[in-house]
Amino acid sequence: MGKRSGAKPAIVGLGELKPVRYTEGQTTLGMIAESVRLAALDAGIEKGQIDGLLVGPQVGETPQHVPATVSEYLGLEPRMSNVVDLGGATGAGMLWRAQAAINAGMCETVVCVLANTHEKGKVSRSPNRNPIREFDVPFGASGANTSYALLKQRHMEEYGSTQEQFALIAHWARKNAQLHPDAIFYRKPASVDDVLASPLIVDPLHLYEIVMPVGGGAAVIVTSNERIIDANKHPPVYCLGAGEKVTHRAVSQAPALEAAPLSYAIAHALGQARLKVEEMNLLSLYDCYTSVVGTTLENAGLCPPGKFGEWMKHHSFGHDGDFPLNTHGGQLGFGQADLAGGMSHIIEAVRQLRGEAYGRQIKRARYALVTGNGATLSEATALVLGGEA
Amino acid sequence: MEDKFIDLTVPGPTITPVSKPFWDALSQDEFVVQRCLDCTRWVFYPRNLCPHCWSNQLEWQQASGKARLKTWSIVHRPGHPAWQAVAPYVVAIVELEEGPSMMTHLLVDVKQKLDIGTPLELCLTKVNDRNMPFFRVVD
Ligand SMILES: [Zn+2]
Repeated sequence: MGKRSGAKPAIVGLGELKPVRYTEGQTTLGMIAESVRLAALDAGIEKGQIDGLLVGPQVGETPQHVPATVSEYLGLEPRMSNVVDLGGATGAGMLWRAQAAINAGMCETVVCVLANTHEKGKVSRSPNRNPIREFDVPFGASGANTSYALLKQRHMEEYGSTQEQFALIAHWARKNAQLHPDAIFYRKPASVDDVLASPLIVDPLHLYEIVMPVGGGAAVIVTSNERIIDANKHPPVYCLGAGEKVTHRAVSQAPALEAAPLSYAIAHALGQARLKVEEMNLLSLYDCYTSVVGTTLENAGLCPPGKFGEWMKHHSFGHDGDFPLNTHGGQLGFGQADLAGGMSHIIEAVRQLRGEAYGRQIKRARYALVTGNGATLSEATALVLGGEA
Repeated sequence: MEDKFIDLTVPGPTITPVSKPFWDALSQDEFVVQRCLDCTRWVFYPRNLCPHCWSNQLEWQQASGKARLKTWSIVHRPGHPAWQAVAPYVVAIVELEEGPSMMTHLLVDVKQKLDIGTPLELCLTKVNDRNMPFFRVVD
């Protein structure tokens, strides 16, 4: 019977693989293992100290028994393990669940890991045999690009938002990526005009408004073990609040944009942390598409619904700006390693709160808002991370 | 205009025992939607319980085929390669007169001016030998 350990659960380890356009000769399991190894090194722990494991679904390699397969591969014997299946919100959802499992006495030290290969020319088609497959796909509406284009069009029509306003989000992502040598778009900035000149993939979405799929992986270790926290070479980072909401799967069944599930999740996370969104020193907002950042700024209450474009005109979003936003470049600048892409927002937030975001460090970074978004504004998780317990 | 879909070999619906009456009716040129006998609300897509009140008393009823446009997009690069043959094309989310929303394919020119609320009507269209519930703009 595990007794609850004394310390408040803290994030003590980060592992991140540099995103690559295409992987070669790699397996997802191998990349998971490498991400976990890096996180354990960062945390200063041995593998035997890990007693909790959270993994994501894997469409291709391991559709079932994922925790057992990963445990076997790594030689782990967790006393708590599970799959978290929240699309782009999986990483954030894992962190909250890791903390809850620790607080419930299920385990003490949890590794949360997501990774995937991305091989050239290999397209894995969804094995869905469910309503979205039956009632959306046969009309020519396959894939996330089309779904998010529908949501962006709705925003533009309902609120009068403009292509330039959305393009500015992609511009900032690329600009911030210039300070992150691992980013896929490092040394590839893009102006607003460049974004608007990129091809329309699914109108109204331009190519540069859409994340680039890459291969990569990320792992985060959370522990309540005081010895591990005390011996850690990095200052601990805590999850001060969290919130989550799931509403629908298919975009045709989505609620109104201003009632998107992130509006609930963000408010809940800030409420738990007893902080206001204006007190956040970093906005680490999930950005599979420009339009998601726009609606997230609105869902977070930084501006009224429909007004993100006007609001952004008056602020600056670099690490030295008044509202640092996705200082790692976001996924639009860093690349999206499938589900691990969502984890990049957590990793950057922890680096900033540790004071280790070299070359792009936010001054006096105390609090960060992290969001995760899965399916089409369907699965939403928000975290407030802080460097002070 | 609708002929271009006849030989299009795109993924068709993955019909289930619950949804079969919907597709069977379409093949008879009828558009039926489930309605809850308890709360009277209409339900789409087909289910075996009402998502509003959890009643399992659902009945197939004739729907009007009238709808309004909620949002749309012009697909230049389809998510499934088989659709490329008819790209660019317009997909849309429509709100049926009866209440529920559904995804559909709009039979309009990509240059046509559209607005939220544009009135639409059902236009059954043969795709790969199956009647699909596409919509067009009301003249
Ligand atoms: Zn009902």
